[in-house]
Amino acid sequence: MSWVEFAIFAFGALTALAAIAVVLSRNVIHAALFLVITLGGVGVIFLLVGAEFIGWVQFLVYVGAIVVLLLFGLMLTRAPIGRDATDNQQRLIAFGAAGVTFAVLTWLIWRTFGGEEIALEQPTRTADIGEALFTNFILPFELVSVLLLAALVGAIVLARRDEGRQK
Amino acid sequence: MSLPWLLTLGAFLFSIGVYGVLARRNAVLVLMSIELMLNSVNINFVAFDAWFGASESVGQIFALFVITVAAAEVGVGLAIVLLIFRNRKTINVDEVDLLKW
Amino acid sequence: MVAALFAAQETHAVAEGTANAVTNAAWLIPAIPAVTLVLIWLFGKRLPRGGSEIGIVGMLGAVVLSAVVLADFIGGGGPTVEKAVEWFPFGRGLALELGMRIDGLTAVMFVVVTVVSLMVQIYSTGYMHGDSRFTWFFTALNLFTFSMLLLVISNNLLQLLIGWELVGVCSYLLIGFWWEEKENSNAAIKAFVTTKTGDIPFVIGIFVLFAAAGTFNIGEILSLTEEGAIGTITLTAGAILLFGGAVGKSAQFPLHVWLPDAMAGPTPVSALIHAATMVTAGVFLVARMFPVFEHSEAAMNVVAIIGAITMLMAALLALVQDDIKKVLAYSTVSQLAYMIAALGVGAGNAAVFHLFAHAWFKALLFLGAGSVIHAVHANNMSEMGGLRKKMPTTYWTFLLGSLALAGIPPLAGFWSKDEIVAEAYHFGTHAEEAVGAPVVALIVFGVALMSAFLTALYMSRAVHLTFEGTYRGNGHPHESPRNMTTPLIILAVLAVIGGFVGLPGVQSGFGAWTAVGGHTHVPSANLLVMVISIAIAVGGIALGRKLYLPAPATDPVERLGWFHTLLVNKYYLDDFYYKGIVYPIRDSISKAMYWVNQNVLDGAVNGSAAAARARARGLYNVVDQKVIDGAVNGAGMTARGSGGLLKYVQSGNVQRYAAIMFVGIALFAFLFTRF
Repeated sequence: MSWVEFAIFAFGALTALAAIAVVLSRNVIHAALFLVITLGGVGVIFLLVGAEFIGWVQFLVYVGAIVVLLLFGLMLTRAPIGRDATDNQQRLIAFGAAGVTFAVLTWLIWRTFGGEEIALEQPTRTADIGEALFTNFILPFELVSVLLLAALVGAIVLARRDEGRQK
Repeated sequence: MSLPWLLTLGAFLFSIGVYGVLARRNAVLVLMSIELMLNSVNINFVAFDAWFGASESVGQIFALFVITVAAAEVGVGLAIVLLIFRNRKTINVDEVDLLKW
Repeated sequence: MVAALFAAQETHAVAEGTANAVTNAAWLIPAIPAVTLVLIWLFGKRLPRGGSEIGIVGMLGAVVLSAVVLADFIGGGGPTVEKAVEWFPFGRGLALELGMRIDGLTAVMFVVVTVVSLMVQIYSTGYMHGDSRFTWFFTALNLFTFSMLLLVISNNLLQLLIGWELVGVCSYLLIGFWWEEKENSNAAIKAFVTTKTGDIPFVIGIFVLFAAAGTFNIGEILSLTEEGAIGTITLTAGAILLFGGAVGKSAQFPLHVWLPDAMAGPTPVSALIHAATMVTAGVFLVARMFPVFEHSEAAMNVVAIIGAITMLMAALLALVQDDIKKVLAYSTVSQLAYMIAALGVGAGNAAVFHLFAHAWFKALLFLGAGSVIHAVHANNMSEMGGLRKKMPTTYWTFLLGSLALAGIPPLAGFWSKDEIVAEAYHFGTHAEEAVGAPVVALIVFGVALMSAFLTALYMSRAVHLTFEGTYRGNGHPHESPRNMTTPLIILAVLAVIGGFVGLPGVQSGFGAWTAVGGHTHVPSANLLVMVISIAIAVGGIALGRKLYLPAPATDPVERLGWFHTLLVNKYYLDDFYYKGIVYPIRDSISKAMYWVNQNVLDGAVNGSAAAARARARGLYNVVDQKVIDGAVNGAGMTARGSGGLLKYVQSGNVQRYAAIMFVGIALFAFLFTRF
């Protein structure tokens, strides 16, 4: 096993453990911080696999923006801390569902792709991604742009205080 | 690198995300779990893309779109959470049960 | 239908020999009173004489036509004309025919009915003068005449039955003419019911013969009988059953009880119906169906015995009556018995000859009695007497009628009665010629002689009590007007000369005309019998004169003591009928039937209705309310209940929904991997 593979395994384990911590943590802030680790770990794996552009986008967007957004949300809503505040009554069912999902997926994966190998050679050139994005995938690109615009406008509309009407 | 292990990681993250969506009481924590699930999907995309080895890297492009959409979704989601907090003074998902019989 | 009758549509065998035009159209004779009765009914009240003009003129025409028809048969050997139209088909080839059968018997009956009807209608213009229902009286008289002629002219038993029943109805209507008095309507009902009792075996007899012969047609039945195609037992049964009708209609024992009570009707009615015509319908029936009777020795004996019993019994009863009409009524019963007995011993022609003669003098006697009653306003002879000087025409005609009835030659009654007596003696002594048992004929002979004595006696009594001696009543009797005395005179003439058509030994005489049962032989005179008859008659008259010439204070008949009481109570026969039959039915059986009707029958009907209602109610309560509504409501409640249970699924908890969804998806995914 080359050191890349070993690194991938290690960061994978880290990501997994952090993810577990995200969902089991009783402190919401801790959960958010663990999420940072998870997302970071996923980003590192991207890099190691060779998807450099995606990896850095992951860091930028997820870790940089989304987590911050979540933290803001936690703070603005004065999220309480504690077991009763963070977890609900159907933990068992949730565990069951998660377990079944994992079992099925894993069984599927190993049945279908057991023994396949990824060739970790050259990392993907960002220029290639850019080229494909703006030629073959221009339409989804534009649509996603519009989606972002809509989400932006929508979020503003939803979240602002109706000062004009309330007074 | 063996493909199945990466995919297993993805499946694992997905399952954990499922647990979090179903088991967490705080709406923001639910959003976080949803992010986990989306990330697991991204891992899958990238892994398959690497395995395919095509010149176009379609998997990565799709992973890009997923990230974008996830960002949009979190934005709007949080806006809704804030609205609910303003109306109900709580973001306990259990207590948003107006559609109860 | 009328055109068809004119067009000589003959459905049965026709004439031997030629008949004149009137005979071929003899159905006109009953048609005339049918038309006049309608005319009188519709227009009578507006006419100056209340409709009697139409009746008399019409009947005069009928008399003329009847005489022309009779002309065909005088001298014997006349044709038998038969014509019929199919009136009412029953199906299976059977039909009610409307037909005529004209032979000597029919022609003689035509003459009797039309002449007496004419005399009575003329008489009634005087007798019923001033009555409030004068027009209806004439309508009913013509209706009766039509019915009687219909009966006589019939060629089949069903049509005869129709005429039979119609005359019964007319009798009821006319007896109860003054129905304001309860006893008159009672008498009418008694007449109707008693004759109806005789009609029951009559109808059964018709059907017995129909079953045997396959037809109602008289001619065919008679020819089948002559050929021997019908068994003797059937013929005996049929004959005796038919005779039942004759017993009722002709007032023979034991159904004679209605005739005396029928005297409650107006006297012209008694003269027409209860002397000359309706009561002779029974005799006519037996004469018409004579071959059927002749072929059964038992039936002949029954007929003769009944005749003999009635003859004597009625004559005895006539002896104790105070009401002059009742004397004549019982006399009629007795004389009818003569005719019946004559038929029973086989002397059919003699019976019809006596019918012919009796019609004249009995009608005369009744009309004469009516004249007396009209004058003294009383029926009872105890209130009469000494009318000889005051009502000479009535007296002389009445006397002639009485002598004829008693059988004094050369009056009509002598010849006819003597023929009967002689024939009875003849059949009694010549066993080989007798149809019934010879001993029966001898019994008839003896009884006839005894009755002849009694007849002379009671008529002599009646004449002396009514016309001789001194007047015992309170009125001012005077002779009746001419429209009443003229018929008396005419009938008296007929009573005198009527017998000469049937002189013994004259082979072209009456017997040849009527040819009852096909026999045309006119028996020769039996001088011994004649002398005995005359002696008996004279003796009876003399005894009557001796006993009643100065009218005695107490009737000598009462000296008979218990026998007198028996006679006055009419042998207690009426009591037996009332207490034994009428009252039990009226009081017990009718009441029981009423109870059955109200409780059982109505109970069943009401009960089934109640049961249906209860069933419906049960159906409503159980099935509709509980089951069906239960099902419908239950469906609704089930929906609500299940909704009530299912609503808990909607917890409002989105995470719960998500959890379940995920579990489901996982399962599906698992299942997809399996398949």
